[in-house]
Amino acid sequence: MGKVNQLSVFLENKSGRLARVTKVLGENDINIRALSIADTTDFGILRIIVNQPKEAYNILKSEGFVVTETDVIAVCIPDRPGGLGQVLAVLEQEQINIEYLYAFVGNTNTKNALVIFRVEDCDKAVDVLKTHGVQVVSGDKVYTM
Amino acid sequence: MIWDRKNECMDREQMRNLQSERLVSVIQRVYDKVPFYRQLFQQEEIEPGDIKGVEDLSKLPFTTKDALRDNYPFGLFAEPMNKIVRVHASSGTTGKPIVVGYTKKDLDTWAELIARIVSQAGVTEDDVVQICFGYGLFTGGFGLHYGLEKLGTTIIPASVGNTRRQIMLMEDFGTTALVSTPSYALYMAEVVHELGIDLGKLKLRLGLFGAEPWSESMREQIQSKWGITATDNYGLSEIIGPGVSGECLEFKGLHISEDHFIPEIIDSETGEPLGFGETGELVFTTLTKEGFPVIRYRTKDISILWDDPCACGRTTARMKKVTGRTDDMLIIRGVNVFPSQIESVLMEIKGLAPIYQIIVDRKGHLDNMEVQVELEKDMFTGSFRDLEAMENKIRGKLNSVLSIDVRVKLVEPKSIERSEGKAKRVIDKRNL
Ligand SMILES: [Zn+2]
Repeated sequence: MGKVNQLSVFLENKSGRLARVTKVLGENDINIRALSIADTTDFGILRIIVNQPKEAYNILKSEGFVVTETDVIAVCIPDRPGGLGQVLAVLEQEQINIEYLYAFVGNTNTKNALVIFRVEDCDKAVDVLKTHGVQVVSGDKVYTM
Repeated sequence: MIWDRKNECMDREQMRNLQSERLVSVIQRVYDKVPFYRQLFQQEEIEPGDIKGVEDLSKLPFTTKDALRDNYPFGLFAEPMNKIVRVHASSGTTGKPIVVGYTKKDLDTWAELIARIVSQAGVTEDDVVQICFGYGLFTGGFGLHYGLEKLGTTIIPASVGNTRRQIMLMEDFGTTALVSTPSYALYMAEVVHELGIDLGKLKLRLGLFGAEPWSESMREQIQSKWGITATDNYGLSEIIGPGVSGECLEFKGLHISEDHFIPEIIDSETGEPLGFGETGELVFTTLTKEGFPVIRYRTKDISILWDDPCACGRTTARMKKVTGRTDDMLIIRGVNVFPSQIESVLMEIKGLAPIYQIIVDRKGHLDNMEVQVELEKDMFTGSFRDLEAMENKIRGKLNSVLSIDVRVKLVEPKSIERSEGKAKRVIDKRNL
């Protein structure tokens, strides 16, 4: 409950590979909801949240991409100063390590921001955040936003 | 099975006498019939009569690949063309190839030698053998073919290329033994995996690999991916083609048919002969070849010779599996590096495909070596740290084995060019 299925794609830092991913997904009517790239000079990992994760996974796999599914959590952050800081403080206090986080780009008509977190123990993080009154958004909602 | 017990299990003293007798005669023959050898001996002030036996071998000068090339195409043939029934040629990557000629008797000898090595690799007349070597100027296809025919196996002369079709033949014809290069066997295994073919349904049990150097770790990969016993066999067209030596199922080196070839190990820098157990360059003298005899031919292959008895019962000397060549050796910042060393390191690390490429270039006055390795699909966790840890692990291991700093780059599966024949492992961009 509360977890979001993110796809991680290994990309060699060669021009055109990222474009190829988005093209393949676009051709199959898959919408990217959130996206982040981490890279070194040699390789990168593209992280995406899409409307149909299972389908997208299969498509990318069959196109020869190195892709894996990763559980992440989506947190609704109130749009006011210190909003993100509060969430981070809760996680730190409960000793939950954050591997990475990035902002959600899909939603434009609410006042709140969505932030995607990758943590070591997703289930525990969801519990902890909920008990502290932080709004965790479920996968189903995120995919259709 | 031992194909030719008399010659393969001969008492060593008796073998030495046989070699001496044959050496004396081949030296006289090349002196009489091949102007190149006559001049070479005269330059060194050697008369055929000076060579009385194996103990005099080191008095003779070496023959190099360049000498063979300079006599293109038929200059070193020791028989007139009407006695030559077939020619083959080496795959010369630069310039003219080296052309070799066989008389009828040479072809018989060759088939006998192949029958020996395939028998010692476990092949019997009940096997269905798929030969994935080119049939053409290259000695691999025809060489294996006639020896296997002599043994009485069922041969599928599949030749090279069209991997899916090769696999179809393997499934439908019930292939039990595969003959190919080791890199092609690995490539085929990948395709079998992709096609989702159940290996349990294939009848393949043996793999006989040759035509390129390969490491022990590559053998392990092939054996585990295919579930077969993989043996190495060795030969080069200048000597006769495949069949010079082959592994028995004791895996203690490759038995050399010493009744036909005298092996030596030399120091490749000084040319001094080295003893059994010492590492150096392999040198061969052919004893029975009629069409194209060679005297002390420098192979550039690096090996070791052993003459202790083998548990299989054969008494012939064995050579260590060739994993490198003197001309494969890269000199990076003054350090000698063999691609086989890099291969061994990579194969020890879980999660890497055995597909890699070494790229060497020079920036300013400094050599740089980059090793590109394909990531195995299943090993990708999605974590950046895991990938960096993998790169660091490879780098660390390479540094400790090679004592130089190597750049490591993980690349996507299928991004390194695949070969259907010999693998292109090294790209040297330096203009030295
Ligand atoms: Zn043996």
